[in-house]
Amino acid sequence: MNSKTQNKIAIGTLYGVAGLVVLILLALLGYILVSGLPQLSWHFLTAPAKAFLKGGGVGVQLYNSFYLLILAMLISFPIALGAAIYLYEYARDNWVTTTIRTAIEILSSLPSVVVGLFGFLFFVVKLRLGFSILSGAFALTFFNLPLLTRSIEDSLRTIDLSQREGGLALGLSRWETITRVILPAAVPSILTGVILSAGRVFGEAAALIYTAGQSAPALDFTDWNPFNISSPLNPMRPAETLAVHIWKINSEGIMPDAKAISSGSSAVLVLAILIFNFAARYLGKRLYKRLTSA
Amino acid sequence: MKTTQQLEKQLKRHSKAAKLEIWGKVVSFSALLLIVAVVVGIIGFVASKGIATFTSNHVNLWDFLTEKKWNPGITDANGKPEVGALPMIVGSFLITILSAIVATPFAIGTAVFMNEISPNKGAKILQPVTELLVGIPSVVYGFIGLSVVVPATRAIFGGSGFGVLSGTCVLFVMILPTVTSMSVDALRSVPRYYREASLALGATQWQTIYKVVLRAATPGLMTAVVFGMARAFGEALAVQMVIGNAALMPGSLVDPAATLTSVLTTGIGNTVMGSLQNNALWSLALVLLLMSLVFNLIIRLIGRKGRLQ
Repeated sequence: MNSKTQNKIAIGTLYGVAGLVVLILLALLGYILVSGLPQLSWHFLTAPAKAFLKGGGVGVQLYNSFYLLILAMLISFPIALGAAIYLYEYARDNWVTTTIRTAIEILSSLPSVVVGLFGFLFFVVKLRLGFSILSGAFALTFFNLPLLTRSIEDSLRTIDLSQREGGLALGLSRWETITRVILPAAVPSILTGVILSAGRVFGEAAALIYTAGQSAPALDFTDWNPFNISSPLNPMRPAETLAVHIWKINSEGIMPDAKAISSGSSAVLVLAILIFNFAARYLGKRLYKRLTSA
Repeated sequence: MKTTQQLEKQLKRHSKAAKLEIWGKVVSFSALLLIVAVVVGIIGFVASKGIATFTSNHVNLWDFLTEKKWNPGITDANGKPEVGALPMIVGSFLITILSAIVATPFAIGTAVFMNEISPNKGAKILQPVTELLVGIPSVVYGFIGLSVVVPATRAIFGGSGFGVLSGTCVLFVMILPTVTSMSVDALRSVPRYYREASLALGATQWQTIYKVVLRAATPGLMTAVVFGMARAFGEALAVQMVIGNAALMPGSLVDPAATLTSVLTTGIGNTVMGSLQNNALWSLALVLLLMSLVFNLIIRLIGRKGRLQ
């Protein structure tokens, strides 16, 4: 066999492999959306879940997912931002920095179930927070921190060195250069990173099973006093999220329409991830144009 | 009139900007320290709980790693508790290695296609699809495994359908996008002139890909595969939903089995803190943690070797 025929066979095979992968991936997306979208209705998205009867919705779970997401982001964003600023703008290239970077890498490679178990041990048991939104938000923070830090650091890296020199040459301190010059310039790509990590947090379940709990008490959406147990704002109540709900009803659910509810919830999750992805791209570009007048 | 002392004090005082600078540095550094403290905390807590099985319950470490019976509530004929973790360790490694073996050719083939053969189609179709699929939650993969893969395995091979084979299928699809997109990055970092030099020497496209590009990108590709394996090893819910959760040595690929993660997710809520049953589970978590450190180390070693070349 000469090298030309070999070449043709190999390239043909690669076409086949790529085609097969596209087929698998599209079939996967198609299956989620085709089986899930018909389940979606206003009732499904807002009604509370039913444990033994069919016709329940995922309203409470959907709300919990968003509430947890916002809380986790509120906690993790300032920490990640500070850490990224120090790592990229201040840290010298020495063994301390290398060790810290290694630690962050280790955190990002820990299985989420281990992070969840630590959250269970530390927040739920040791600090006696119980299965609560707060415990869940902390666990999600740990899960989110390394990736968010890395993505913010990458955003800082894209800002040209001349911007920093410009700031310093104008007599600003380093901190002022960072807050007045670098951060505004980096906002679009930081935002993109934040939204993409939000997508990951939104679908996380393993870290939440033993921190935010697996039950979703009914909420009274007219009561906005955070100290009442049925208030949606109460951070001390157990809160099952959408992703945990899918796992829960598939592994121990007894409702007759578990499959339909799982398909619907999966579709909601995937749609949310899709929206996060598009929003990240669109907002990033839009903001970039706006801020740089490019 | 100011005395010289007062003047000196005034001149030596930090300016507002300098104070702000120190403040900023301290705040950003404490954020960093917090992350490090979290890492140390996680490892410390899990390790201290995990070794309790061996220190306070006096289980032999060797027995723990090599015995095949997992019934922490029951003691065997010699009065020792049955905490043999081998079935779970084997289960975890089996599905990790199998899914990596299946996923690697597909992922690298697709990456080569995207980067070398048809960059246009790659950028337009494959890139967005893989990026989207990287973000799909693992429970969704688990649910699809439960409603598509498990019935299919049941129909083809008989039995319950739950088992190592179903777990491998789910993990294969799950790590495919991750490994693909990392492989693309690895191929992209191969300088363009390598390809041009090879083509100019009269090599065909396939020879260029096989003999030059893939060789040059080997460390990056290996990192991608190990990263995928680390993800597969640590994946909990998707695997737990399809593997059958029977803590037995898997006799065949279609027998129900268990992994470290699946036993952890199902067990930890049903045991009492501080009991042997609970401690044994924490030991499994420790094994999981150590394995993720090992994967991390392998990735580092590959990276270092790649730089040396």
